[in-house]
Amino acid sequence: MMSIEPYVASNLMTLGLLLGIWGATRWVQARRIWREAARDLWSRRRLAIVFAGLYVTIGLLDSVSWKGGVPEGMTDVLPNAPLSVIDRAFLGTKEASYSAPFAAVEFSGGAPLKYPGSHVLGTDILGRDVLYMSLKGARVALLIGGVTSLIAIPLALLFGVGAGYFGGRFDDFVFFLISTLASMPGLLLLIALIMVLGKGTFAVCVALGITSWVGFCRLSRAETLKLRELDYVQAARALGVSEIRIIFRHILPNLAHLIVITFVLMFSGLVLSEAVLSWLGIGVDGSWGQMIDGARNELSRDPIIWWNIAAAGSALFGLILAVNSVGDAIRDVLDPRTLKGGS
Amino acid sequence: MGAYVLRRLMYGVGVVLGVLFLLFLLFFTVTAPDDIARKALGEKAPAEVIEQWKANHGYDRPLWPWQDLDDNLLFDHYRKMLTFDFGLSDADDAPIMERIKQGMGPSLSLTVPLLILGLIAAIPLSLLVAFFRETYIDRMGVFLCVLAMSVSSLLYIIGAQYLIGKILRWYPISGFDADPMMLPRFLALPVMVGILSGIGGDVRFYRTVFLEESTRDFVRTARAKGASEARIMTAHVLRNALIPILTRVVLAIPFLFTGSILLEAFFGIPGLGSITVDAIHANDFSTLRTMVYIGSLLFIVGQLATDLSYGLVDPRVRFE
Repeated sequence: MMSIEPYVASNLMTLGLLLGIWGATRWVQARRIWREAARDLWSRRRLAIVFAGLYVTIGLLDSVSWKGGVPEGMTDVLPNAPLSVIDRAFLGTKEASYSAPFAAVEFSGGAPLKYPGSHVLGTDILGRDVLYMSLKGARVALLIGGVTSLIAIPLALLFGVGAGYFGGRFDDFVFFLISTLASMPGLLLLIALIMVLGKGTFAVCVALGITSWVGFCRLSRAETLKLRELDYVQAARALGVSEIRIIFRHILPNLAHLIVITFVLMFSGLVLSEAVLSWLGIGVDGSWGQMIDGARNELSRDPIIWWNIAAAGSALFGLILAVNSVGDAIRDVLDPRTLKGGS
Repeated sequence: MGAYVLRRLMYGVGVVLGVLFLLFLLFFTVTAPDDIARKALGEKAPAEVIEQWKANHGYDRPLWPWQDLDDNLLFDHYRKMLTFDFGLSDADDAPIMERIKQGMGPSLSLTVPLLILGLIAAIPLSLLVAFFRETYIDRMGVFLCVLAMSVSSLLYIIGAQYLIGKILRWYPISGFDADPMMLPRFLALPVMVGILSGIGGDVRFYRTVFLEESTRDFVRTARAKGASEARIMTAHVLRNALIPILTRVVLAIPFLFTGSILLEAFFGIPGLGSITVDAIHANDFSTLRTMVYIGSLLFIVGQLATDLSYGLVDPRVRFE
């Protein structure tokens, strides 16, 4: 473990993610109900799905990196640093300071730029291309949403299904834990956790995970309470099927639609929370939130520097809108209550 | 009924004790008093200075009761928090209670108008959207709600400060003045931003509530008797939807006191939200844990009040 460099780990994780996406697609294809739901979803929200897919592609391209291949005389990067596909596409675009979009000279001072006219969205105070920074933010946002969900959803299922299925003392304990956590104000608890856990991507994800699993835990507990009284679960128990097998074969598959809905609806909230944390100075490096926070004082300049905040803001808005819109449709497609409600 | 009230009260007390225990775990064991002292004094502070600082702030004792039954931080933490003796700030030694008393007023002056005006804006809009259900107006409304929910609150604040404060110059960009003549000018922008950033979620929530009510039998009966659609929406749907709406409002009341962290910090309102942000920047752990405690306490009391009033009104309510 200690000999693996971070970039190799990131490459392996990307491979794992691609395999996971492939496996999930196969899984959905093999089941009629899920296949029809996926088809229904696609026909409802084509544009949003393509848009979200674009963000995922950018994030994946930024996660695959390797060393070497840097042309001679490139001073912007360390000679032996691993660079991702996105890094390589923007190699040698660094200026000395601010440049407006498509400008040929520096924003303040008017010195000629190294690469005039090449910055579609301008550059930031350190001369970094804003388009490049915005694209790199996609990976950070997906990482925050994805890693946090990977922490929060299994945690919620473990406690929620366990409490709902076994009941008794364990249920009392879980219910008490949930009501305790739920009564602490979310943002304050989040801030306190990060102050205590320290900064960094993983600490932020753990803190977000701890503050966001409660809602789904309550939902899965209530759902399991209903499911375990159903005839087929009772029949399985009467036939002597083991508890673990009942949970995995009869309870969890019936929670699958809730897991998908929760994941998508949770995701956008998590990315938005990170933006607030960045403003408080306890966010994740390279996120859109940090770009917005770094650029907000530049709006008071005259003439104003608007392209930083506009780029980061629209990148964030685009992802959240796509995910929210897909999430809305997923809920309509998968949630049986909205189907029979006929709203 | 008496037994129910007693049990519910006991549970509320239990949750308060649980919150305090979580706070103790976070602020005394995960971040040890040594870490807090080092953050206050700097990494290079000599050991005796750290010891002195810990002694001054009451951190120089064993953590757990089994280390020293009479004098330990756990019991001390419980005793102080339960008696509202919050002590001094870790950053600048100011009494925390004084600060909270000063911050309550400005926080309330922001959050109370925000809640009331937010309701006045959201309920008619959602009633309208629900009235035109399954038409283009409804779809458009829902789409606009999703759109409004997808913008980061940071962008709402920065955008409003820039557009209304700097370009149009209608209201000051930030600031606060307790003088009742000046106050509305300073509060206009934060209240506007607060309503805007919350209205998407609110309208969607109330729309769902109204739609649920409008599929009930009594609505069909009213329609069969020839009542007009407008009358059905106001007299039957809105009336019955008031229960879930009231629940939501009552549960929001405790948070009026803790203020809004984002709005207060951006608009320079010296309320409890600003105190929290200052505490974060100053590594002021004692103030931060007090704020979390107060927020939790208010929420627990609010929930207790809601549950008990339901218990009074509705005999079916039984405590699980």
